[in-house]
Amino acid sequence: MRWDSMTKFLVMTFAIILGFTFYAKPVAFSIRQGLDLQGGTHVVMQAVDTPDAKVDNDAVERVVQIIERRINGLGLTEPTIQRQGKDRIIVDLPGVKDPDSAIAMLGKTALLEFKDVTGKTVLTGKDLKNSKAHVGQNSQAVVGLEFNEEGAKKFAALTAQNIGKPISILLDGNVLTSPVVQEVITGGNAQISGSRNVEEAEHLAILLRSGSLPVKVEVMETRTVGPTLGQDSKDMSVKAFGIGTISVFVFMLLFYRMSGLVADIALLLYIMLVLLAMKYLNATLTLPGIAGIILSIGMAVDANVLIFERFKEEIRKGKTLRSAMEAGFSKAFTTIFDSNITTIMAAVVLFYLGTGPIKGFAITLALGVILSMFSAIFVTRELLRFLIGSNLIKNPAFFGCAAPKEVRK
Amino acid sequence: MFSISKHFKIFISITLTILAIGIGSMIIQGFNLGIDFKGGNIVDITFEKQVTVADVRNVLDKHDLGNSIIQLATTDNSTSSKSVLIRTGILADNVRQETLADLHSQIGEYNVNRIENVGATVGSELVRQAIIAIIVSWILMILYITMRFEARFAAAAVLALVIDVMMVVSWFSIFQWEIDSSFIAALLTVVGFSINGTIVIFDRIRENLKGHRPSESLAELVDNSINQCMTRSLYTNFTVLFTVAAIIVFGGETIRNFAYAMFIGFSSGVYTSVLLAGPMWKTFKEKK
Repeated sequence: MRWDSMTKFLVMTFAIILGFTFYAKPVAFSIRQGLDLQGGTHVVMQAVDTPDAKVDNDAVERVVQIIERRINGLGLTEPTIQRQGKDRIIVDLPGVKDPDSAIAMLGKTALLEFKDVTGKTVLTGKDLKNSKAHVGQNSQAVVGLEFNEEGAKKFAALTAQNIGKPISILLDGNVLTSPVVQEVITGGNAQISGSRNVEEAEHLAILLRSGSLPVKVEVMETRTVGPTLGQDSKDMSVKAFGIGTISVFVFMLLFYRMSGLVADIALLLYIMLVLLAMKYLNATLTLPGIAGIILSIGMAVDANVLIFERFKEEIRKGKTLRSAMEAGFSKAFTTIFDSNITTIMAAVVLFYLGTGPIKGFAITLALGVILSMFSAIFVTRELLRFLIGSNLIKNPAFFGCAAPKEVRK
Repeated sequence: MFSISKHFKIFISITLTILAIGIGSMIIQGFNLGIDFKGGNIVDITFEKQVTVADVRNVLDKHDLGNSIIQLATTDNSTSSKSVLIRTGILADNVRQETLADLHSQIGEYNVNRIENVGATVGSELVRQAIIAIIVSWILMILYITMRFEARFAAAAVLALVIDVMMVVSWFSIFQWEIDSSFIAALLTVVGFSINGTIVIFDRIRENLKGHRPSESLAELVDNSINQCMTRSLYTNFTVLFTVAAIIVFGGETIRNFAYAMFIGFSSGVYTSVLLAGPMWKTFKEKK
């Protein structure tokens, strides 16, 4: 027995097993989770043409910025907003408590108008500097407005001309409140009452300070996953992952013995690599994504099966373990390469033409194929070289293959 | 030894029969398209107490949603359950909110598992996208295989892929399983995986062609190549089908149809790779 090879084999094996035992779970749970796993609301919106305002690139860009401000006002952790194609906007709101009011807020045009008694618009949302919700007199929730310099002048003029008369404050054409002007207000501040509760006032304040949308936006699609279902999905995926992986492990051990063990060790490393890659590429783990990882474990052993079958063929031809192993790897390489490239092509198509969770699935699939080539070819080969080089095992039967009797030495 | 290429006609007939039934089913009953495609509303909620379909139906009737589908999540055949799945057509946001508020006031407290609401316009776009994605993937594979092998291999491999995709689509139509947007991901995975098996066998054929003796017929060469890859084909598919089975059994309801699609596609993939692709290539080769 040669100890240097054996030591290398053992060190590599234990490093992989230890790394997997201690880091697989923490790494897996630190990957950003999709809404289907952590719960939340996914909203797809589309900017649409109206007679007043046509949709163009600039308008959609502004819509994205304004909606972003609105979302940030909601105080969620890690909301995302992205533009898709020409006129679509996709918003993910993880852990949002009241999805319906959030959705209603996102798509609102939020055009604020102050009209005098004749119905003439004197001020709009553009004259605002800031707006905040607070609890006013009689513990009523109100929205405090602060005008900019221009706005303050206009507002002072409006109040001066309308003492004793009602003015109307409208949002998207609906009257919020119509107070009667008591005196001239010159400080550049005003209040909107009429909110039913603090939350409603809060949302109105966010809408007003984020600005109004330049074009009409329609909500096309909303999907909400409750936290319980998300947790259930996570639990079930963990179970499916465990059982799928263990069956593959047992299968490899039964059919390929020592080679199978080596492949299983490489597979542990493969799982770690996929998880690390997802974490550092800032990918989002979704339910189909997890299915993709589980599936990729089944696929990852394919390269090893190809190599080991070649290995067995070479042994049957009478080669020694070492040269049969090397021949197995080199002959199987082109096959593995060609077959995996075609799988990657399918993943790339999926990435470019798919949306949202499907894109996530495509990334895991492609990552899985690339990393499995690395682990199945290079890692398994090094481990097997060390193991065979150590001269610990000389009988091919330990590798799941029977050599022809006459050449067995 | 059993000759696969000699029995090609039987194997292809079985495939074509299933596909014929599938295409018939597509024409007669079409597909069970989920809300991703045709738009609509799914509300999946869990009440704090047991409810019956009638309880929910009563509330929905008041909102003119009498023709909605109401399903209870029961494992046995009991008539009441805490979890309810309601499917309706496309709903305005306010109608849904009012209905939910009524469910709350007239039946009781509930927790939201899932609420999905899809407008009508996205569906046709998804179908178009799916078809483009699959055809683009086929074209890429034809190009790659022609480059690495030659055109007849490419033609046979892609024909095998067309069969696999058609097979999954057929089963979903025959059994009226619901198709959602993840279906296309499943189809492309099937394409990516099934091509794998075919390439492995073609790679063997190509290798064996180099040392091809005139005494060996093309049929024998194909049969030998397939047999040399047989263990690999079976083992690899065992392991992959294990993992898909694990997803079907333990992965939960939401992902089940996705896993079914892959299970059928992969099974068809082994069938086409092992039994059809080689003989198809042989047929093209002899026709030159």
